[in-house]
Amino acid sequence: MSAAAATPPKKANRIGLEVISYKGARTTLCAGCGHNSVSERLIECFFELGVPPWQVAKFSGIGCSSKSPAYFLGMSHGFNAVHGRAPSVATGALLANRHILGVTLSGDGDTASIGLGQFMHMLRRNVRQICIIENNGVYGLTKGQFSATADAGSTLRSGAVNELPPIDCCVEAIQLGATLVARTFSGDKRQLQAILKAAIVHQGLAVIDVISPCVAFNDHEGSTKSYAYMKEHGQPLHEVDFVPSFEEIEVEIEDGAVREVTLHDGSRLRLKKLGGDYDPSEKLRALTAIHEAARRGEVVTGILYLDTGRKHFAELLNLVDEPLATLPESRVRPSRQALDQIMEELR
Amino acid sequence: MGIVQAASQPLEAQDSTSEIVNDFSIQVATVNGSGSQTANAVLMRAIFQMGIPVSGKNLFPSNIAGLPTWFTIRANRHGWIARKKEIDLLVAMNAETAREDVAQLQPGAAVIYDQPLKLEAVRSDVHWYPVPFDELVVPVCPQARLRKLVRNMIYVGALARLLDIDLEEVRQALFKQFGERKVKAAELNWGAVQAGHDYAAKNLPKTDPCRVERMSANAGKIIIEGNAACALGAVFAGVTVVAWYPITPSSSVIEAITSYLERFRMDPETGRATFAVVQCEDELASLGTVIGAGWAGARAMTATSGPGISLMAEFTGLGYWAEVPAVIIDVQRVGPSTGMPTRTMQGDLLSTAVLSHGDTKHPMLFPSSMRECFTLTGEAFDLAERFQTPVFVMTDLDLGMNNWMSDPFPYPEEPVQRGKVLSAEDLKRLGGFARYQDVDGDGVGYRTLPGTPHPAAGYFTRGTGHDERARYSEREDDFMNQMDRLSRKFESLRGNVPEPYLDEDADAHLGLICVGTSRYAVEESRDQLRREFSTPTSYLRLRAYPFTAALRDFIRRHERVYVIEQNRDAQLLLLMRLELDPEDIARLRSIRYYGGAPLDARTVTEEIVRQEGR
Repeated sequence: MSAAAATPPKKANRIGLEVISYKGARTTLCAGCGHNSVSERLIECFFELGVPPWQVAKFSGIGCSSKSPAYFLGMSHGFNAVHGRAPSVATGALLANRHILGVTLSGDGDTASIGLGQFMHMLRRNVRQICIIENNGVYGLTKGQFSATADAGSTLRSGAVNELPPIDCCVEAIQLGATLVARTFSGDKRQLQAILKAAIVHQGLAVIDVISPCVAFNDHEGSTKSYAYMKEHGQPLHEVDFVPSFEEIEVEIEDGAVREVTLHDGSRLRLKKLGGDYDPSEKLRALTAIHEAARRGEVVTGILYLDTGRKHFAELLNLVDEPLATLPESRVRPSRQALDQIMEELR
Repeated sequence: MGIVQAASQPLEAQDSTSEIVNDFSIQVATVNGSGSQTANAVLMRAIFQMGIPVSGKNLFPSNIAGLPTWFTIRANRHGWIARKKEIDLLVAMNAETAREDVAQLQPGAAVIYDQPLKLEAVRSDVHWYPVPFDELVVPVCPQARLRKLVRNMIYVGALARLLDIDLEEVRQALFKQFGERKVKAAELNWGAVQAGHDYAAKNLPKTDPCRVERMSANAGKIIIEGNAACALGAVFAGVTVVAWYPITPSSSVIEAITSYLERFRMDPETGRATFAVVQCEDELASLGTVIGAGWAGARAMTATSGPGISLMAEFTGLGYWAEVPAVIIDVQRVGPSTGMPTRTMQGDLLSTAVLSHGDTKHPMLFPSSMRECFTLTGEAFDLAERFQTPVFVMTDLDLGMNNWMSDPFPYPEEPVQRGKVLSAEDLKRLGGFARYQDVDGDGVGYRTLPGTPHPAAGYFTRGTGHDERARYSEREDDFMNQMDRLSRKFESLRGNVPEPYLDEDADAHLGLICVGTSRYAVEESRDQLRREFSTPTSYLRLRAYPFTAALRDFIRRHERVYVIEQNRDAQLLLLMRLELDPEDIARLRSIRYYGGAPLDARTVTEEIVRQEGR
């Protein structure tokens, strides 16, 4: 993030909170776990954008990744629910209060196996929230079984080979209705930050598949979700910069080298071309890029798909502006006359 | 001590030739998808409009069109509207089942039947009323493709003539049934009613004894299905988030809720919805959505049936342990497994009470009437939010999908109870809070809602072990403290659930206990036991689990207490055994029926007599 990187974060953000207000409990995950980097980026991004933590609610299922909501935004409400089912819990909560910004954090087991149904249907609904998949291709808490996102041909530490094709969560997200879809790597601090910030201001469902290596069970040779593999085979589609609505752009880049997308709140996403010109508004192009890279044994990263035009679920349901949860009785209990009228019709 | 039959005291002495007025049952045997439901609803409504207590029950297959369906109407001047096993009038429209249907009749019953079926050859001890439906329908319905649907109205007309049902009442019922938007269809069907009536007047001399006579038992009453009554209960309780997955027999709960919400809950200023209804991908997601919404402060609910309840087990445990309000309406059907999806049962009592793994206990409410569907659904929301836990409303297919007479519903006079929720102002005053601390001694902690603008509002909700500040913990003292507090909470809840309905006879040695729709058979059985066997009984109808002291006290006042229920394994009785002392349990006897039809009084009476005679 060129603009922010030029000016190091001040002690307090624009709503007067210090970074400590965005921290959570001390992590209990392994040292070097990619998930901890994601937590750190979330802390930085929410702090730097000045989002009040009490406007955020965190959701997760079961697994290492699902523990991590305890490790950032400690002031926010959090709900560590049941395995694979965070999407439904988040959907309910975000309908009850459409002003809450949801962050659902889950792993590849949670998302692509036990929770695949809920994940798919959350995509269709375009529930406004950030859904981060900390994808390491392996079940960590149960000590190292393949997950459904493990690439065909990749191996476990024991040498066992996965013969099955992987489920690509980004492909599903693009096809089924998520409106911001990105893939990144927990080790790419700059790209992850920019994508997270875009997701925070996006008015729709943002799905971010973060390749987040498991140092305990899947960081060896033969894994395609290791630090080494991603450093070698990660292929950015573009350089992603996020310019928040409250900041001026300091460096102008020459025309044609950058694709700029204005987000809902006036923030700008600047995608600096690397090699070819990648247009993230084209679904088919995005799917092709993912498949072609996979054939080459590479992993494309960046903003794969972005649609700022589609209504999110609360809008589709035509909900009132106020949170449903706290509407006063006078607005949710129909009148005595209404009941009389219904009774009369049933006579 | 046995029960002996008293010198039989039927309601009134009747010889075989005398009339039977306002006391009969009609069974209409048709094929589903043939439009017979409308005809049957019109027939039932016409009798209702004549002021005669009446019930209608649809015994239908799990199928869209082409399989046998039976609709029974029972009219009874004393108000006994349980299913009656004996059929007095059969309308045999289904060639496939007609012979078997006729064979099952008691001597002296009457049969209206499709003439070409030539049923009169089957037996000679019943009254025959052949009607040439295909001939009659042609002149009244020129469009051949509609004849299949209109033809059923002919038996309504014929029955009206044979039973003395006022034709004007039939006309009114018919036009009401079709509604203002389908006047043309109503007129077409009215023609068929008249054709049937005229045919019967000219060709069918009355030989059976049944007929109606106008009464005034139904003044001011309404007709409604239990599912719609539950829906109204939810709407008037201020439900805001509804998540569901379609399943027979509960789907119409949500369909009714949706239509009432769209009518009465659009914000008048913005035209936008003060509610969200989400059709989910399965029952797991339905309850997950409800739990999420309840956690965030919405009045949230779902409706389902047994298979859905099974799928909701995991989330129910989360709701219990993380302490999140939720209302689940279970319209019970026949299980196990897919079972008989369109037949009724009280088969989920035991599994729902302790749904999910680990130690869990869940409150259940047992509506038995349309009014209770309305009031107890409303009460479920208050209990769920006050006690921060999932609450189950246990109805069944008989209650939910059949039309029932009812007094109009009372407007809820009490304000809704949202439970212990701390606002930002509260937090400013208190400085902070511990989510799972028993501050008031009732086992119920204070909660905050996400979005509450205060730095101390947030807490971490989890299905894992936690201490009273909601922090992760695997310590035995933390875990046991939480489990013990949840037990205390359940005891507080026990003091706040609806008390049972009680009708005690000072002379009775026997007590009868039931829940829900079993009441109609049990109440009529008490009448049979009194008249036919000179045996008075006392009666307790439970309205909630956990049970209150009223149950124990009732049992102690009687020598033997029959627990009557619609399942194989005496689930209600087993729940009592979990809570009662051995000497109280020793007084309990069990009567079960689990065939899928609504329970009838004679089954109950015969079983009590048999067990007492032992």
